[in-house]
Amino acid sequence: MSPRPGFVLEVDRSTPPTLFHHGEGFRLERLPVGSRIVYPPEALPVLDDIDGAIRHALLHPVDNDPLPALLHPGMRLTIAFDDISLPLPPMRRPDVRQRVIEAVLDLAAEAGVDDVHLIAALALHRRMTEAELRHAVGDRVYDAFAPRGLLYNFDAEDPDNLAFLGETESGEEVEISKRAAESDLLVYVNINLVAMDGGHKSTATGLASYRSLRHHHNVRTMQHSRSFMDQHRSELHSSNWRMGDVIRRAGVKIFQIETTLNNDTFPKPFDFLQKREWEWSLRDRASYLGAAKALERAPARLARSVFQSVLAPHNLTGINAGEVEAVHRLTTAKVYEQQLVEVEGQADILTMGLPYICPYNVNSVMNPILVMCLGLGYFFNLYRNRPLVREGGVLIMSHPTRWEFHPVHHPSYIDFFEELLAETTDPLELEKTYEQSFAEDEWYRHLYRTSYAYHGVHPFYMWYWGAHALQHLGSVIVVGGDARAVRRLGFKPATTLADALEMAGDVVGPDPTLTHFHNPPIMIADVV
Amino acid sequence: MKALRLERSLPRLALARAAGALRPGGGARAGALRLVDMEPPALPGAGWVQVRPRLAGICGSDLATVDATASPWFEPVISFPFVPGHEIVGELDDGRRVVVEPVLGCDARAIRPRCPACEQGDLGRCRNIAFGHLRPGLQTGYCADTGGGWSLALAAHESQLHPVPGTMTDEAAVMVEPAACAIRGALRTGAGPADVVAVVGAGTLGLVVVAALDRWVRPARILVGAKHPVQRRLARELGATDVVEPPALVRAVRRATGSLAVGGGGGQGEAHGVAGVRLTGGADVVVDCVGSATSLAQALAVARPGGRIVMVGMPGTVTVDLTPLWQREVELVGAYAYGTEEHPGRRTFDLAFELAAEADLGRLVSAAYPLARSTDALAHAADAGSRGATKIVFDLRAEKGRDRL
Repeated sequence: MSPRPGFVLEVDRSTPPTLFHHGEGFRLERLPVGSRIVYPPEALPVLDDIDGAIRHALLHPVDNDPLPALLHPGMRLTIAFDDISLPLPPMRRPDVRQRVIEAVLDLAAEAGVDDVHLIAALALHRRMTEAELRHAVGDRVYDAFAPRGLLYNFDAEDPDNLAFLGETESGEEVEISKRAAESDLLVYVNINLVAMDGGHKSTATGLASYRSLRHHHNVRTMQHSRSFMDQHRSELHSSNWRMGDVIRRAGVKIFQIETTLNNDTFPKPFDFLQKREWEWSLRDRASYLGAAKALERAPARLARSVFQSVLAPHNLTGINAGEVEAVHRLTTAKVYEQQLVEVEGQADILTMGLPYICPYNVNSVMNPILVMCLGLGYFFNLYRNRPLVREGGVLIMSHPTRWEFHPVHHPSYIDFFEELLAETTDPLELEKTYEQSFAEDEWYRHLYRTSYAYHGVHPFYMWYWGAHALQHLGSVIVVGGDARAVRRLGFKPATTLADALEMAGDVVGPDPTLTHFHNPPIMIADVV
Repeated sequence: MKALRLERSLPRLALARAAGALRPGGGARAGALRLVDMEPPALPGAGWVQVRPRLAGICGSDLATVDATASPWFEPVISFPFVPGHEIVGELDDGRRVVVEPVLGCDARAIRPRCPACEQGDLGRCRNIAFGHLRPGLQTGYCADTGGGWSLALAAHESQLHPVPGTMTDEAAVMVEPAACAIRGALRTGAGPADVVAVVGAGTLGLVVVAALDRWVRPARILVGAKHPVQRRLARELGATDVVEPPALVRAVRRATGSLAVGGGGGQGEAHGVAGVRLTGGADVVVDCVGSATSLAQALAVARPGGRIVMVGMPGTVTVDLTPLWQREVELVGAYAYGTEEHPGRRTFDLAFELAAEADLGRLVSAAYPLARSTDALAHAADAGSRGATKIVFDLRAEKGRDRL
């Protein structure tokens, strides 16, 4: 049976309570009669012969010569790959990056290529640990390259290993990894979890320095990306594409490999999370009750470690290789096939349950800034055409929003939250007054380069990610969050969904329309 | 006349200490402070006049005294029973309003020749505060012979009196004495225009230190650790460049000074306090306006190597690791009271009048109580910040019997 597409359910009296993610827990909420719930499509089937499909893609690329024809003895080959932020949750071994990289390395070995570097394209994200690198590329690759210093994390603050390639026609500076820029061939191994990923963004962002990134990771770009998941209306996309052009004109040869995954996000016993509630079996209900009760009683740290150890069963639905833009067109179509749901019209209120994970807290803590980024940055922007909520409407998110930070991973976030957000939550003001000082702070720079810290400027980017939503929404309410932390974000705390709806009524008026964005898994609402 | 008088009763002082330990200001209810009907203090000699307080403030040292938690250091330089209150605006028999400069130095004690400090106008360093024709008492409000501000009348030497300009409110005038203390602290920083100054604590003293720094020192940055929203608002209004909650001060100083940090990783529970975090640099000067073990430890954590800590808040007995003081060669200096300031070469009280007027310090007076509600007043003063208040005062203007004195 082919997977069912996503759909929109109108809530009536017989509709069972709706599952909301709530950090490392869940809530079952009864939505008002007449509300609409947007359900994602079911998981697409996985490719039958994954290794065969990978090899086929490398030998039959799109708008490019087959990979073996690009490989020759004496050449410098660099393989860059997406970092820990993808996919979510991390996938079971073998990770698709491992499979692709092993296939590329096999071809390189056959061609007699012996100057190979592997770089985790993490831009200003934190460095990956050995365990995380091993998970991504596999032990065989890690042991062959890492001990010789040939497999490493990109360092965007190493001036000796950055290459300035020029400016776009809009004056955007392009500075990327020198090794990548000076290689005879750059093979980029990507995982496309959402439509924003991939394309020129892979290299122009993943291997770029702050000097480059600041041209598109800013408030103006985010406010002009409606949304950044829709490449035809995304200034973020346009800027990366302009930079991609500079990279190409500078002579950097890129062989792009993009992969798409299905949305089979949770293994047992959490697989009920991606089912429609009225289809829950007795076992699903028992799993829900057991999990919900256990998580309610478990210390936050324990609940976090349970979820952070989840490895998703999702796997490959497609792989394309070759010329960057041609490949990305195919990838985007596949992402849409898995994620797109048509929704008619906007609502006054949009509700969503936020899970425990986002791209920036894998093996880490979901701090309040990341809660904002996940809700207002990612989920709000998972639309085409128009947001699910009307301008001036209300977003209600469910998440514990604890005043809690990972001290090693997010040091600059703590200062951003405790100092800056106490002064202002206005993205433009934050950008104008404080961004540079955080970006150039020597301590943050030191921790980014030598420890496992996100770059000093990273919390700004998280805040900018939500700039379009902040501009669009009349109010943001967080259900079940730490009231102090929620207020620090500039949002309103509510204890229950009923309270939140009452509060939302003050903004949007009586008898509002409501749309619930049901996740996981990830989807994109095509709002017509 | 009515007065709040503190008596030397060991059982009551013990009770006060116990009550004060449970809740700051609690010593007023259980302890040795009592509302009494007593004779106004006799004038000790020539040059002494009667002052009828109009407003009298409650400061941190008063609370420590009432709660019997003040350092035993003071025992030889105070005399029981005494009427507390040293932040005083009052009036003379002819109706002129005056602020009392409370230090009882050589002039008030009729000691000649004056000690070297008094000779130089450095009243706060007077060497004779336990001698002369008065019983011991470092200030009005701690001396059995003079009375204090928490009463309907006290005795003051003419050298202690500063006329209040007609345009100045009583509320601004009662802030002159704490302003003088704060100005002393600000000027003792020795900071310059390129310096970063951190202020620990934003009660009355901390806030006025900020105003004084802004008025006379103008350092590059004034960072303040302020616990309560009202304190944060006032700190900004009075000239702070950066205001954070106290646990974030270490991190704020690190950022402002471009320091690195070692140890602790900068995370919650470590960078939030002082344990585990060592800044490689730090603030040029730190002004500790609290005087607790925690505040001094934080001051030590944020002072740069070779920097200076000015202790403005009354400390008492504190236990703190002085290793950073030693290893980083940090200066620790006290700032008590007032006198004549080398820079800008004027009496501290004159500067304080200016500051009280220019910075509108009268707005810091949040609530006024009659003497009969002293326990409420002291409890309010002890919890001022959390109750959205700054300075709590006694209002004697409408007390019965005041006009008969």
